[in-house]
Amino acid sequence: MLKILKYSFYDLIRSRWSYVYFLFYLTLGFVLLFLNNDVSKAVITLMNVIIVLIPLIGTIFGVMYYYNSREFTELLLAQPIKRSSIFMGQYFGVAGSLTLSLVLGLGIPFVLYGLLRSNAIFDFSLLLVTGAFLTFIFVGLSFVIAISNENKIKGFGYAVLLWLFLAVVYDGLFLMSLIVFEEYPLDTFSLVATMLNPIDLSRILILLKLDISALLGYTGAIFKKFFGTDLGFLVSMAVLFLWTVLPILGLRHKAKRKDF
Amino acid sequence: MTIEINNLYKKFGKNQVLKGVDLNIGKGHIYAVLGPNGSGKTTLIKSILGMVIPDKGDISILEKSIKKDWRYRKQINYLPQIANFPPNIKVKELLHMIKDLRNSPSEEETLIALFGLEPFLSKKLSTLSGGTKQKVNIVLTFMFDSPLIILDEPTTGLDPKALICLKGLILNEKAKGKTILITSHIMQFVEEMADEVLYLLEGEIYFKGTIGQLMEQTGQHDFEHAIAALTTTESHAENS
Amino acid sequence: MRTDTQHNAFMLVCILLVLTQTVMAKTWTVCTSCEHSSIKGTIERAEAHDTLLVQKGTYREYEILVDKPLYIKGIGYPIVDGEKKGEIFQVRSDHVTLDGLFIINVGVSYTKDNAAIRVIQSKDFLIQNMVLEQLFFGIYLEKSSHGKVYHNRIIGEAVDEYNSGNGIQLWYSSDIEVRKNHVQGTRDGIYLEFSDQITITGNTSMDNLRYGLHFMFSNHDVYTHNTFENNGAGVAVMFSKFITMKNNTFRKNWGTAAYGMLLKEINDAEISNNTFEENTIGINIEGSNRIDYTDNDFIGNGWAIRVIGACYTNTFKGNNFLYNSFDISYNSKLNDNIFESNYWSSYTGYDLDRNGIGDVPYRPVKLFSYVVNRTPETIVLLRSLFMDIIDFSERVSPVFTPDNLQDAQPLMKIRP
Repeated sequence: MLKILKYSFYDLIRSRWSYVYFLFYLTLGFVLLFLNNDVSKAVITLMNVIIVLIPLIGTIFGVMYYYNSREFTELLLAQPIKRSSIFMGQYFGVAGSLTLSLVLGLGIPFVLYGLLRSNAIFDFSLLLVTGAFLTFIFVGLSFVIAISNENKIKGFGYAVLLWLFLAVVYDGLFLMSLIVFEEYPLDTFSLVATMLNPIDLSRILILLKLDISALLGYTGAIFKKFFGTDLGFLVSMAVLFLWTVLPILGLRHKAKRKDF
Repeated sequence: MTIEINNLYKKFGKNQVLKGVDLNIGKGHIYAVLGPNGSGKTTLIKSILGMVIPDKGDISILEKSIKKDWRYRKQINYLPQIANFPPNIKVKELLHMIKDLRNSPSEEETLIALFGLEPFLSKKLSTLSGGTKQKVNIVLTFMFDSPLIILDEPTTGLDPKALICLKGLILNEKAKGKTILITSHIMQFVEEMADEVLYLLEGEIYFKGTIGQLMEQTGQHDFEHAIAALTTTESHAENS
Repeated sequence: MRTDTQHNAFMLVCILLVLTQTVMAKTWTVCTSCEHSSIKGTIERAEAHDTLLVQKGTYREYEILVDKPLYIKGIGYPIVDGEKKGEIFQVRSDHVTLDGLFIINVGVSYTKDNAAIRVIQSKDFLIQNMVLEQLFFGIYLEKSSHGKVYHNRIIGEAVDEYNSGNGIQLWYSSDIEVRKNHVQGTRDGIYLEFSDQITITGNTSMDNLRYGLHFMFSNHDVYTHNTFENNGAGVAVMFSKFITMKNNTFRKNWGTAAYGMLLKEINDAEISNNTFEENTIGINIEGSNRIDYTDNDFIGNGWAIRVIGACYTNTFKGNNFLYNSFDISYNSKLNDNIFESNYWSSYTGYDLDRNGIGDVPYRPVKLFSYVVNRTPETIVLLRSLFMDIIDFSERVSPVFTPDNLQDAQPLMKIRP
């Protein structure tokens, strides 16, 4: 698997898109820091970007890479390599190179700006860790979708729909159920509904470090108790990890049974 | 037996592609797998390679079942039909990579020289023409020493000189006692190379035998006509 | 001006006190091993305008009645231990000074509001440099006036509201200066009820169970340069008129019902140059009219300003709104308040004529804040893409929020 990972990774970090992605974050980081001169505000703006863009880019990149390397995958399938290794290698190659672009693209301007001396270091590393998780999760989900759909356009469509659902529609339904059931205690429901969507979970995790006054101030006891503690933080991280593992297991499962 | 297939079934959706294929392929011959479009040629080859997972039936390569195994592919050199390589890596990197992945001794230098690929070694694969890509594909296939070689449309895009080189290579491998499976639409190439013909029709082995037997059975004197006639006669495959 | 004259009068009183003492007053020394070993006993023997010097030591006394003008001063912070038996000092005379005592163990009662120091119907008192710990109520001023509470340290350990008292309480009192005190861990840090012309300056009130500062039915009061931090609910100003609030800092008041400042039924007040930082709600306004909010900084609050119920003719001018989750929240469609020339960090307009004022008006009320008012749990969707889209569409064509609520002249640069 490591060999495939290595080659996929090399292939990707040499591709034009990785540079575009990397340069995008680099520009974003520089613009935010050197036009704003305020690290805390830059972190907030970055959060908005990360919550929305990382899943989208992860999804599109994942699907594109899978379909583009289909023939190559077939070449590999005829080689004496374990099937799951091929897909795991490609998956980690894509997710890894995207994460690298993200971390370097945002990290360089921040380090140059003097992040290491500012107290935003924790917010910032949390931002990157969450971004990395979201990349792995959405590349994984898009791989599962791509491997389940031979038709490129269909696969692409489903992947974008999934992103749209988790990024926008889910929150709309969430909001509606909160309003419809406002007479009932909604703490546990909110907690569970947040956990079930990796984008929401990441958002809450970052928000707790940024907008803690609004969030902790206004929500009910269970929610506050949960997210306000280290345990809540660890559980959230664990759930994000679970979200990362589930698509990987799905991918392995699909890869084992698929015909090429 | 190099390949032993028993009662192989495979269905894609509602489409039953293989309907109980039984096949024994011995050592040291060149077999041409023929059949009309959709007859199950590719599915059969991919089943042997483990790329398609059969619904029912067994496949053994060199007396070993291939179910849930992948190491046996070390015994196979496969030339895929469409060679679409990762666009951003160079030819020598691809060669190096496949060598690295297979981890077996290889002799690519002579092959590179044979097809005149030296000027292209440092070029990215995306910049190569179709014919050059096919040459790279052939080098990748023949650079390892394996007892079973499967070639899917090997002549695609080749110029006459390269075609001659390819034929030479195939015959050379046969001389080393290897088993070679070829699919091709170029009947002339098949007639020239194949010792035996496997004719698939609607998911079953419709005919298996030498070209001579084929002519005899169909009463034709021309290979191409004999193949065409196979579909119209009623006789079934007989094991030789 | 008023504070100045007050101050001068005070100085005069002090000088007079010193004069009378030097001319005819006697000085008593109290110490645990001296002839006068009890504070209570010495007070009984002393004449008006005498001085008591309480030496270092522990005095287990309570219900010490000061019923004549006395200057009681602790030397090296003597401890007065009430042993939880009741009230400790009770002042029932004008011209009393208490200075430099360490008072502990006030008796907790469910029927009586026991205090470490209670001043009843007295004038011209001075309570300074005291340290109060293990208390119920701290300093309780009852129907008193023209006094000064200066530089005291009141440290409570309040856990529940029902069995804890306030740090400094003023009841039916007037013309009093509360200055440079530090109050923490009590129920209300400073509580005013029916008290007028009070000046509260330079105090720190933190970690209190309920309010850092609490006004009820008190008018014409001034509080400036105070810091209120991490109190249960912040500062509450209720049912009062003509209150001036300047240069105060309200920080880190977090919680479901926590505010930097809560205004309820307040009219004709002035709120300027204050800083509201990292509070759940910066200012919560309910039924308050004719208030000028000028030059305040709202930084990193959940809600900078939350308006509930009818509030008329308020003016918000020259304030900085920086990185608040919500700048303004309204629960009605009506608006009679003016927003003008404020700086909004989330303003995205442009300034083509380069006059420092944005060319497009800023709408500070988000639809999301309206939704959250209705169903508080929806706050979990803060900063989600879905809510951003909804807010954007509302901003383009207001349906739920007051459409005349806008700052027509938003500043392009932050007010320094």
